[in-house]
Amino acid sequence: MIDSFKQLINKIGLPRLTIILFLVALLIIASVNRLPTSMLLSNSLVRIGMNGVMVLAMVPSVQSGAGLNFGLSIGIIAGLIGMLVVMEFELMGFLGLITALLIACVLGAAAGYLYGLILNKVRGQEMMIGTYAGFSIVSGMCMFWLLAPFKNPEMIWVVGGKGLRMTLAVNDSLAKILDNLWKFKILGVEIPVGLLLAFALACLFLEVFFRSRLGVSMKIAGANPAFATSCGVNVDKMRVLGTVLSTALGAMGMVIYCQSFGYVQLYMAPLMMSFPAVAAVLIGGASARKATVWNAVLGTALFQTLLTISLPVTRSMIQGDISEVAKTIISNTMILYALTRKEGDGE
Amino acid sequence: MDNNWVLQVKNVSKEYGGNSVLRDVSLSVKPGEIHALVGENGAGKSTLMNILFGMPVIHETGGFTGEVWLKGKKAEIESPKKAMEAGIGMVHQEFMLLPGFSVAENVKLNREPTKPNWFSGVSGNKLETLDLQKMGSDTRRALDKIEMDIDEWLPLVGMPVGYRQFIEIAREIDKADLSLLVLDEPTAVLTETEASRLLSVLKKLAESGIGVLFISHRLEEVCEIADTVTVLRDGEVIATMPKTETKLEAIAEMMVGRKISRSKTAESGRAIDEGNILEIRDLYVDMPGEYVNGANLTVRRGEILGIGGLAGHGKLGIANGIMGLYPSSGTLIFDGGEIPLNNAQASLEAGLVSLSEDRRGVGLLLDESIEDNIALASMISRKKFLKRVGPLPVSVLDRKAIREHANKMISLLEIKCTGPEQSVRRLSGGNQQKVCVAKAITMEPRLLLVSEPTRGIDVGAKERVLSMIKSLNRENGITVVMISSELQELRSMCDRIAIMYKGRICGILDPDAPDAEFGFCMAGKGGIPSD
Repeated sequence: MIDSFKQLINKIGLPRLTIILFLVALLIIASVNRLPTSMLLSNSLVRIGMNGVMVLAMVPSVQSGAGLNFGLSIGIIAGLIGMLVVMEFELMGFLGLITALLIACVLGAAAGYLYGLILNKVRGQEMMIGTYAGFSIVSGMCMFWLLAPFKNPEMIWVVGGKGLRMTLAVNDSLAKILDNLWKFKILGVEIPVGLLLAFALACLFLEVFFRSRLGVSMKIAGANPAFATSCGVNVDKMRVLGTVLSTALGAMGMVIYCQSFGYVQLYMAPLMMSFPAVAAVLIGGASARKATVWNAVLGTALFQTLLTISLPVTRSMIQGDISEVAKTIISNTMILYALTRKEGDGE
Repeated sequence: MDNNWVLQVKNVSKEYGGNSVLRDVSLSVKPGEIHALVGENGAGKSTLMNILFGMPVIHETGGFTGEVWLKGKKAEIESPKKAMEAGIGMVHQEFMLLPGFSVAENVKLNREPTKPNWFSGVSGNKLETLDLQKMGSDTRRALDKIEMDIDEWLPLVGMPVGYRQFIEIAREIDKADLSLLVLDEPTAVLTETEASRLLSVLKKLAESGIGVLFISHRLEEVCEIADTVTVLRDGEVIATMPKTETKLEAIAEMMVGRKISRSKTAESGRAIDEGNILEIRDLYVDMPGEYVNGANLTVRRGEILGIGGLAGHGKLGIANGIMGLYPSSGTLIFDGGEIPLNNAQASLEAGLVSLSEDRRGVGLLLDESIEDNIALASMISRKKFLKRVGPLPVSVLDRKAIREHANKMISLLEIKCTGPEQSVRRLSGGNQQKVCVAKAITMEPRLLLVSEPTRGIDVGAKERVLSMIKSLNRENGITVVMISSELQELRSMCDRIAIMYKGRICGILDPDAPDAEFGFCMAGKGGIPSD
């Protein structure tokens, strides 16, 4: 009994166990304070689906040996462009969603290729360079948003008639299109089936990929470059491919995020968006050297549920909104904690 | 008491965790004598140096037994500081210099001449002003002694490696009470002209009455300058003799020679084709520390060819060059077809498989399971262990086939483990090597390159690994090229042994050739001309 309990702890890992216990405590407090727990759970599910693919984007990057993709903002911007093009031409419904995903994927892959070439030149410092690359792309794109040739009056500044607005509302036929697909309610909890299905599809794709010859080659290139070279694997190519996959997933993840969120936020909004994604995969038990699809799924579930539930619960106990603060503290602490450790824990 | 010795080492023994690395070593150095200490890698030279210089690693691992006497008195050298005070100067293999500082500052570091100023009256001599003039002139004198004409105030940054070596020596001889200078492989990083200058400087220093203990495995140098030569092998002094009484070949033989007691390998029914399976023509490999400079070699189908030679003469470069892991040039003809160089994939596809000398670094994925280590290399280069996902045009790992194959290998090679899922990091060296062999077999090699197969594994496992390689050759007909620094191992395994010297094949010998011939070859002389 005690042994199997210990095994369970070992498998899940102490940090995750702590978070799970904390979550349970929060839920108990919520129900004691008569907060609508079913709504909290529904919201959590939506946020898991919204963020999942972006967290998943960390997996190929880590597996190929390029470390956590702090430059995910590059992919996120590709996703934003995909959304903007669809909105400019007012493509509706699934046609719009799929077009946006396609554009995001192509742009993300192209940007990821260039970004991967850079990362190959700064071996060992990918994460620091990635952070700065992400920051500078976001700042550089601020000019693009102002100068880009978008004409749709819904999207550009009313005064002056030029340049994209800070926050754009996604049109009704596109907004929440995945969330509402096959949605059903059980025990008062709304299950956004379409959204979760999209996340699951992305997971399945990566799972299969990492069992294929190419995926295993990439994993080996990340785990031991010398071993990989001696097997005839081109380590540089694998690292670029890992970054391409990561950036493209980030881009598509952003499209999914935007359709669920209902708004497209430009300018400095994407600046820090890679950090919660990094934190989530780390919470799931990944490290800078090892990350699995399971780490991403578990991490997203724990991190997003925690953020969703902690806000109303703390608000019911103390005055004021601390969710932004909590998010920043948790994600940065987690990143710091994980980067000081070499190996990941748990499975 | 005999005061004629600067240094006497008496019956020193040292163990590292149960492995004895020095056994009953004694040697003595007279003032003005150049005493050379030679031996193969791992013979115990560096350990002896660490003892002489009181390096903390010695005391942390339980100290040593025996005595060290300096100038006729028993000395307790507990720390490098004590060693310096006792008059021992040490020139290290790695430079212990500060690149941002000038030559004079480096030479005088922590021994700077100072003069009082009006702070130091209160605070003591730590705050006294540096006497720059005296620093400069002292350094100049030391530099002059070794015939260096560089400016003593130039910073070290950007100076060639050779200069730095000389500055280290200048630092040591600047110490007023220096009576013994120890140099650990001082010429390893020098060009030939620099090396010969260094040797003449050492001669001069010795003439001024300093004892010099000179460690090297470049035998030409040793023969050129040493007065006395001590040969270490496996932690024991094999011989100490005046240089006048010995020859280079004799020293080489003593360094590598081991008592030979083996039965002739001649077996009936061995089919060694006269045809060549691999021809290496004019191979150059740019592998740091193991350069190959135009090697020519042919391997006959079905044989075990050994490649031996002292460390640093390029025997490892051959295997790494053939496998496309280090930049190389030349021609490789394998089974009638030419294989492009610098292309690992092409070498693997042709059927060349290598067992790396760097088992933990290159040969294994330490954190992965035994089964993955055995199977994944073959999956990548041979497309084995893959299966289709239903009707999709995608292939994924066939876990079941991998498991079955791993279990077969584990019982075939007697790998001691808890199961195919255990990670290889936890295995012993010998079992890790067995996993590497299993990996190589799985790749279905036509020619197997084996580098240092028994390095770092215990005696029992050594036998096992060697007999496995032999049976691969005998039963599966795989041609084997075996590279090893252990001559004895090569002689018990191989049909022919090629000896490398300075990146070339110096000769190809019969395994039963006398020790002297091997020694001769390793010193770069004669042997049968390579083909």
